[in-house]
Amino acid sequence: MTAGLFIFILLLVATVAPFLRRYLGNYAGWIYAIWPFTGFLYYLSLLPSINDGLIITETYAWLPALGINFTFYVDGFGMLFSLLVLGIGSFIMVYAGYYMRPYPMKGRFLGYLLLFMTAMQGIVVSGNLLTMFVFWELTSVSSYLLIGYYHEKPEARASALQAFLITGLGGLALLGGFVLLSIPYGSYDIAYILSEPNIIKDSNLYLPALILILIGAFTKSAQFPFHFWLPGAMTAPSPVSAFLHSATMVKAGIFLLARLNPVLGGTEIWTYTLSITGVTTMFVGAWISITQTDLKRILAYTTVSALGTLVLLLGTGTEYAVNAAIIFLLVHALYKGTLFMMAGNIEKKTGTRDITQLGGLFKYMPFAAVIMIMALVSMAGVPPMLGFLGKELIYEASAAAPKAHYFILTLGFLTNVIMVFLSLRLAIDIFWGKEPPYSKIPKEPSVSLIIGPFFLVLFSLLLGLFPSYMANPLTSKAITAISPDNDAIVLKLWHGFNLVLGLSVLTIISGFITFRFRHLILPFIDRINIKYFRREFTRVFFSVLDAFLGFTKVKTKTLQHGYHRFYLMTIFVFASILVWIMIWRADPVVIELDFSTMPLNLVAVVILIIAATITTVASDSRVVSLISLGVIGFGITIIFIAYSGVDLAITMIMVETLMVILAMAVVFHLPKYKPFSSTGARMRDTLVATMVGSFFMVLVLQAGTSAMEIPISEFFKEVSYTQAYGRNIVNVILVDFRALDTLGEISVISIAALGIYAILKLKPSKIKES
Amino acid sequence: MLFLLAILVGILYGAAVYMLLRRNIFKLILGLIFLGHATNLLIFVAGGLTSGQPSFLRGLTGETAGMADPLPQALILTAIVIGLGVTAFALTLVYRFYKVTKTVDFDQLSENE
Repeated sequence: MTAGLFIFILLLVATVAPFLRRYLGNYAGWIYAIWPFTGFLYYLSLLPSINDGLIITETYAWLPALGINFTFYVDGFGMLFSLLVLGIGSFIMVYAGYYMRPYPMKGRFLGYLLLFMTAMQGIVVSGNLLTMFVFWELTSVSSYLLIGYYHEKPEARASALQAFLITGLGGLALLGGFVLLSIPYGSYDIAYILSEPNIIKDSNLYLPALILILIGAFTKSAQFPFHFWLPGAMTAPSPVSAFLHSATMVKAGIFLLARLNPVLGGTEIWTYTLSITGVTTMFVGAWISITQTDLKRILAYTTVSALGTLVLLLGTGTEYAVNAAIIFLLVHALYKGTLFMMAGNIEKKTGTRDITQLGGLFKYMPFAAVIMIMALVSMAGVPPMLGFLGKELIYEASAAAPKAHYFILTLGFLTNVIMVFLSLRLAIDIFWGKEPPYSKIPKEPSVSLIIGPFFLVLFSLLLGLFPSYMANPLTSKAITAISPDNDAIVLKLWHGFNLVLGLSVLTIISGFITFRFRHLILPFIDRINIKYFRREFTRVFFSVLDAFLGFTKVKTKTLQHGYHRFYLMTIFVFASILVWIMIWRADPVVIELDFSTMPLNLVAVVILIIAATITTVASDSRVVSLISLGVIGFGITIIFIAYSGVDLAITMIMVETLMVILAMAVVFHLPKYKPFSSTGARMRDTLVATMVGSFFMVLVLQAGTSAMEIPISEFFKEVSYTQAYGRNIVNVILVDFRALDTLGEISVISIAALGIYAILKLKPSKIKES
Repeated sequence: MLFLLAILVGILYGAAVYMLLRRNIFKLILGLIFLGHATNLLIFVAGGLTSGQPSFLRGLTGETAGMADPLPQALILTAIVIGLGVTAFALTLVYRFYKVTKTVDFDQLSENE
């Protein structure tokens, strides 16, 4: 098997999944998990060779001429992410298959989930920037469908739109960043770009490319101030939150930053931007989560905080920081996936996920309680779970941060105290605490719902217990992939009495104290929030959106006003300005006023036509204007005759006669002329008419004086008689050389005649009915 | 003569534009007719002015020197006929337009829908 083939088949599975659901019944989730799990095993089987230094690259031509290919690139980092996406994804499929049973359109839902999995897997093994971009956008689209799954609820639609617009805008910025990044390299190939990190750093495109790529990554990974879409997305069904908002989609931004760390990282601006954004997000997320009572929103805000931590670590960029980033990534995916799935289970069994409405669940579901509590232990960073190692490394990294480490360490410490507090609160309030009256007695969740959390917690425990045997092999190549200058640190559960251990103990104690006095502390924090942080980002977002829509409405109404004459006027004015510019640049026209070539009779005809034109335009009588129109037509006929256009003259006489009769016939059904336009409007229109008329005059003068190519008419003159046997060359052209054109002309006339007949026969009453 | 005819073409185009910008739908049709005349004359004049030498072959091979260019004439001939079709169709539309909407003013139309 290959990485590309795997993704292709996954896409096929996603496509047929909605249609097969009804035949597979309640086992659909298990069956749809087979292929992702196969992929999981495949990547697991690659582990030894990847640890020996193997890097897989595959290329499928897409637009090879532009250097755009479907290239896949699997190194230690891509492999670690693939294991997360496919491993957690398999459990999610099983979970979702059972969880969604009571809901309509569950087949479609499973299809969306698989589609998302395809996109996410595509991102993590992309070897070409544009391949990655395509999959990146696909995650935005599929997450839109998933978040808005309960589409009959307005708040679900609003959240889906909000998440889509924010990540979509970020995606556009990302595309710009990718293009800028590729310019100095002349290639979109990630392996090549990674091998030459200095090319972009020496280029003046570094800063714009970095800014655009960071916007893409920060929006996707819900960094402050874009963090608000993630809690909003909690309107999605729990399987979506467990998959997209813990381990995968929101980690795509982190993945991108880590992937490009060797190329873009290490500079001062990178360090500052990432550290400041990360530390802000980390603390803001944790702070908001304290006072939330909706279980899923609490988890969402702690996810925001964790994403901030990851960005901070990538920004710090030291050996400890990079190690901590990868380990914490793994830690967080394992415990947060579990917690979201358990949140879904609790909601399913009790009908609520408001933690003030929950309590005493331990005696109803002890097994589920143990699993959830272990995940919370990992979140709190307490041994022996892997979370402990993650937190230790974060403390080590913060303490060794090159700049402002006291500040980072303090905020990191506070964040972790909040995590300990939340873990205690969730565990004790939900599983012990005062028991509310449940409408029905809660039961243990069934196997499909609990198997995922069980295994994820088990991994977390095993990785924590045997870090050097299990966690190290999984992560060491990932660490060197994203930071080639640093080595993987050998992980140990116990590493002596030192500052970090002291901090850990202090964190746990502070967490307990906070929990003990929460009745005093929570109202206090509430008061601060109400007083200083009342602005809701979501509301700001939607008011900006409304303002933008209002602006486009005004803009459209101004440009698309619906008055045909103003459209015409715009065209006339701009066209004549452009032509006048061309005339200005061309050679000046030489006007030769040779009165001897002006036959007096023709001069009289021209003057007559001009007078008739003015009469037609200015007359307020319908009959007068039509009669002068006839004068114009016959005047032009005389000009045709004078300058050898005999056939033209004959046609013109007939056509003019018909036209005037027709116009007369119609005009008597119409009301008399009334002055509609104001004097100002007439003046304005006269000005436009003068602009257009004058440039046509100059055009004729230039056409008359410029040297032309030998016209193809010479050919017609030569062969008119010898080949077509006709002496009247104009006629021969029409009926012989260009006979098909004439046939087309006849068709146009026939169609016009049919149209006229149809319009006249149509009864107005019938028009109104239809 | 070219100069005079150039002025004529310019005035015809000016009249066409002015009429196309009117609010009365019938005047719009007059503008279309003007536009046709102006363009026919433009092509005719731009193709070169030849006095009294229609493009007729007299003998079997014929003397073609100094003869008027037949190509612009063939083009204009087609244009005149098509112009008639368009104008006739547009006039009928105007007629029906008034029967249905009871107005010839475009602005009235946009208010009444």
